[in-house]
Amino acid sequence: MLEYLAIIIFIVAGIGIVLFTFCFSRLIRPANPYPEKTINYECAEIPQGHSWIQFNNRFYIFGLIFVIFDVEAVFLFPWAVAFGQLGLYALIEMVIFITILFYGIYYAWRKGALQWV
Amino acid sequence: MLEVILISSIKVIVVVVVLLTGCAYATYMERKVLAFMQNRIGPNYAGPYGLLQPIADAVKLIFKEDVVPDNVERLTYTLAPMISFVPAMLTFAVVPFSSNFTLFGYEITGVISDLNIGILFVFAITSLGVYGILLGGWSAGSKYSLLGGLRASAQMISYELSYGLSIVGVIIIANTLSMVELVEQQSSIGSWFIWKQPLGFLLYITCAVAETNRSPFDLPEAESELVGGYHTEYSSMRFAQFFIGEYGNMLAVSAVATTLFFGGWQGPLLPPVIWFLIKVFCFMFFYIWLRATLPRFRYDQLMNFGWKVLFPLALFNTLLTGLWVLWLGDVLFGG
Repeated sequence: MLEYLAIIIFIVAGIGIVLFTFCFSRLIRPANPYPEKTINYECAEIPQGHSWIQFNNRFYIFGLIFVIFDVEAVFLFPWAVAFGQLGLYALIEMVIFITILFYGIYYAWRKGALQWV
Repeated sequence: MLEVILISSIKVIVVVVVLLTGCAYATYMERKVLAFMQNRIGPNYAGPYGLLQPIADAVKLIFKEDVVPDNVERLTYTLAPMISFVPAMLTFAVVPFSSNFTLFGYEITGVISDLNIGILFVFAITSLGVYGILLGGWSAGSKYSLLGGLRASAQMISYELSYGLSIVGVIIIANTLSMVELVEQQSSIGSWFIWKQPLGFLLYITCAVAETNRSPFDLPEAESELVGGYHTEYSSMRFAQFFIGEYGNMLAVSAVATTLFFGGWQGPLLPPVIWFLIKVFCFMFFYIWLRATLPRFRYDQLMNFGWKVLFPLALFNTLLTGLWVLWLGDVLFGG
């Protein structure tokens, strides 16, 4: 577990730097907010409505496809590490698995889920 | 125990300082190289050849007023730059930058932490970067920010699959996930993994450019349509944190590419650290070269390319490597 100790030290150092630079600059920088300055930027116009607008639902579909395939891609990593010891049997199983993945992407493709409109 | 903690702490501090300096001078390098490629001079006022420009930039960013718009989500707005900053640095915790060496009588390893799941750690950490961008875009209360953040996250998840799959070939050949062992297996130029995984390397570098939101995949901050993208409403130190995060990510993927495909610190004559830095420098140059050469993708082209070209190719590469290792294993890879 000693390896993870070094990682924790690294995380602490990273967070420390972020907080230090942030607080240090807060001490020495000017602060002069007034209403016109703190309006959101919208090309010098007064912003219309809230920023949480409706957006393209394609983002959601791509998010969904990503989750499906990413979960399946996770299985490939342990297989790849142990491949040297497992040999032909593991390869055949993985060919079947990857064929299913290929079919999945083919299905999504045919259904038009990969088409950005 | 105390000794181990002390040595680790010193190594962490040295790496972080070098990394931050590297990020600062990556901006200088980018401006200088771009200027050279476009027949300009580039920064040349601060110090000889403009060498003090990054320091001037840092001082300016620290002294700038921090303008926070009225309708931001305070907590996430503050956290977002930090979330994109810390993972960018954390990658370097497992990247081996030198062979083992002795200093003041202590045996010191050339890596901060030799995890046996090093590569998985790298990919897990780099995936965290998307949260910073998405939260930053969502919480800033500006439409440009929201669109930039959404675009960035959609782009990053689209290329992340191929990014992960592109290195499965290397793992099959190397039979390990530890970064240190990977470097040890590439002791000469002939045994660099790029020769055994050319397609894997091309996929890796393409996805890496997309993952770090760099040109030609820099749609999240396409200034002609989205102003500044996800960091439109950020100023002062918060903006600097996003900025260092971006350059830190560039350095991180360069370092990982060096380790996975180009033999890490291995090299003749010069000290290992120097070889490592030279290779990372070449990658950074390549990044800037791309930016100076290629125009930006259109968004539908970007998504089509990621899903319909890169992802099938990455799966195909995995399959091909498996077959190759099994059938030609005795000839090429010594069993």
